[in-house]
Amino acid sequence: MSVQTETRTLPSKRVERRAARARRIREPRTDRIFLFCVYLLLAVFFVIVLAPLLYIVASSFSSPEAVSAGRVLFWPVDFSLRGYHAVFENPQIVQGYLNSLFYTVVGTIVSVTMTIAIAYPMSRRTLVGRNVVMTAILFTMLFTGGLIPTYLVVQSVGLLDTRWALIIPQAIGVWQVIIARTYFRTAIPDELVEAAQLDGCGDLRFLWSVVIPLAKPMIAVVALMYAIMQWNSYFDALIYLKNPDLFPLQLVLRNILILNTTGGGAVDASVVIQRQQLADLLKYSLIVVASVPVLVIYPFVARYFTKGILIGAVKG
Amino acid sequence: MATLTTVRPPAGETPVRRRRRRERPGVQGLRRSLRRHWTLYLLMVVPLVWFVIFKYIPMSNAVLAFKSFNVIKGIWGSPWVGWQNFDLFFHNPVFWTLVKNTFILSVYTVAASFPIAIILALALNEVRNGVFKRSVQLVTYAPYFISTVVVVSMTILVLSPRLGIVNEGLGFFGVPSIDFLGNPEYFRHIYVWSDVWQTTGYSAVIYLAALSGIDPALHESAKLDGASRLQRIRHVDLPGIMPTAVIILVLAVGNIMAIGFEKAFLLQNPLNLSQSEIIATYVYKTGLLNADFSGATAIGLFNSVINLALLLMVNAIAKRITGNGLWS
Repeated sequence: MSVQTETRTLPSKRVERRAARARRIREPRTDRIFLFCVYLLLAVFFVIVLAPLLYIVASSFSSPEAVSAGRVLFWPVDFSLRGYHAVFENPQIVQGYLNSLFYTVVGTIVSVTMTIAIAYPMSRRTLVGRNVVMTAILFTMLFTGGLIPTYLVVQSVGLLDTRWALIIPQAIGVWQVIIARTYFRTAIPDELVEAAQLDGCGDLRFLWSVVIPLAKPMIAVVALMYAIMQWNSYFDALIYLKNPDLFPLQLVLRNILILNTTGGGAVDASVVIQRQQLADLLKYSLIVVASVPVLVIYPFVARYFTKGILIGAVKG
Repeated sequence: MATLTTVRPPAGETPVRRRRRRERPGVQGLRRSLRRHWTLYLLMVVPLVWFVIFKYIPMSNAVLAFKSFNVIKGIWGSPWVGWQNFDLFFHNPVFWTLVKNTFILSVYTVAASFPIAIILALALNEVRNGVFKRSVQLVTYAPYFISTVVVVSMTILVLSPRLGIVNEGLGFFGVPSIDFLGNPEYFRHIYVWSDVWQTTGYSAVIYLAALSGIDPALHESAKLDGASRLQRIRHVDLPGIMPTAVIILVLAVGNIMAIGFEKAFLLQNPLNLSQSEIIATYVYKTGLLNADFSGATAIGLFNSVINLALLLMVNAIAKRITGNGLWS
């Protein structure tokens, strides 16, 4: 093709276009219609998913009056940041945000450490007894004691109404153990273990200085899964915590967004209306503030996340 | 001494023999393995203790279902009452409502989200790689990362009778505003379609991976034989993702009675309770709000057992029909 263009002396636009069309494999007419429908369908998916998100974001940047009057659609009306001011002036929300950061960071560290500690030995073929242990671990996926029996255990070990209640009882995810184990098994060749042993490298040192550096991509995926789970969960806080100072952001969100509990007594009618309008606006801003950390990192990690799902799916 | 046992076998040895040499079953093998890998066993101790405390002790605590719980005497000291807790639940007038609500909600969710995810994956697979495809994927995948609380709040805001954009839209066409969440008949649709909104992009990823694993030669030869795009989807793509689809369906159907507490609980309000009360939310209410520990445990156990039975049954059926199961 490149030879052709070089040797051609007088390239007329029309000839070139016709040649390009001829070079392409012509698809039948029905196929082109079909493809058009496919694009249309995808566009519909795109719009349906994006529209509510856009609506929320646009509302969050509008003025309280515009939101209450229902004038906002997919673009901010009377641009204002008052919703965000209200969010960051609310001590409950700020406290919840800080709590959630704590739970997410500490919880992820604990979870990843525990997951590696169980998954790595499970991946070593020379470890006798690993099949029994793995079966016992997998069984917990099929059958659980249930809400109350678990609650009683958490109560009896004294975790109730402490920060650790959100970290310890959910520390290990069986799914993540499967992902980690599969990765260790496939990405770390047996020959490497043997070579290290010949050089007098113990199992722990091998894990620390060879396996973990090699498994960094997988560890990142597992850590992200734990972090997102921790950031997004509210159920454990709902059942294990009574003290509002310990509430994670999601539980604060639930109280404000769904139960409609915002503090402050009524003074007079106009103040009440203003407060109501601001409370409405605050919800939109709050949704944005709560989801931003996750949605900002998401585009960068989506690919790895997908890989993680697939590693786990290869062998259950 | 440890190094002696790990000397690499001569090159001519087959992998099969190598593996057999390594795996030494029995007490002697365990002792040797313990001596050799004691650090690894030590490493496992903390997670294993965790599994015992937070997974296996709750399982044994489930005997509570057959007892009348007494706070002072504890779980094991409380008196046995046999099947009384189950009897109470089965004869409770809400029993059938709970089972029905749980079942319908799950089946509806699976029925809606399973085919839609496949359709999205097939559609994405037809389109050339480019900005369009990537943006559709990025956007449809995103809601999966949003928390349940936020998704439910968004649903409530969007559907709100006072400010919600949906009612604004209906008002534009002269339809009076509808209180979607206050009306039990809308509850299931709201639950299911907000779920579809949130998870379709994520579920499609798994099918996309399966689709990319299909041998391109199959498509090429189908094209040469004059198959249209639709025919290729039907005869090449669909059979190609069948094993994946079966596993996902088995898992979904097996978990039908285990439908999550989180979302139903958040979408609940006193007005829509007749459709939104499911087993999981009822267990929470009886157990933790009304402090009937034994009763709630019995209901939970009943649910777990049904669920396990369903999973095993569906898996067996799937294995017989297609040869693909969870433990193939």
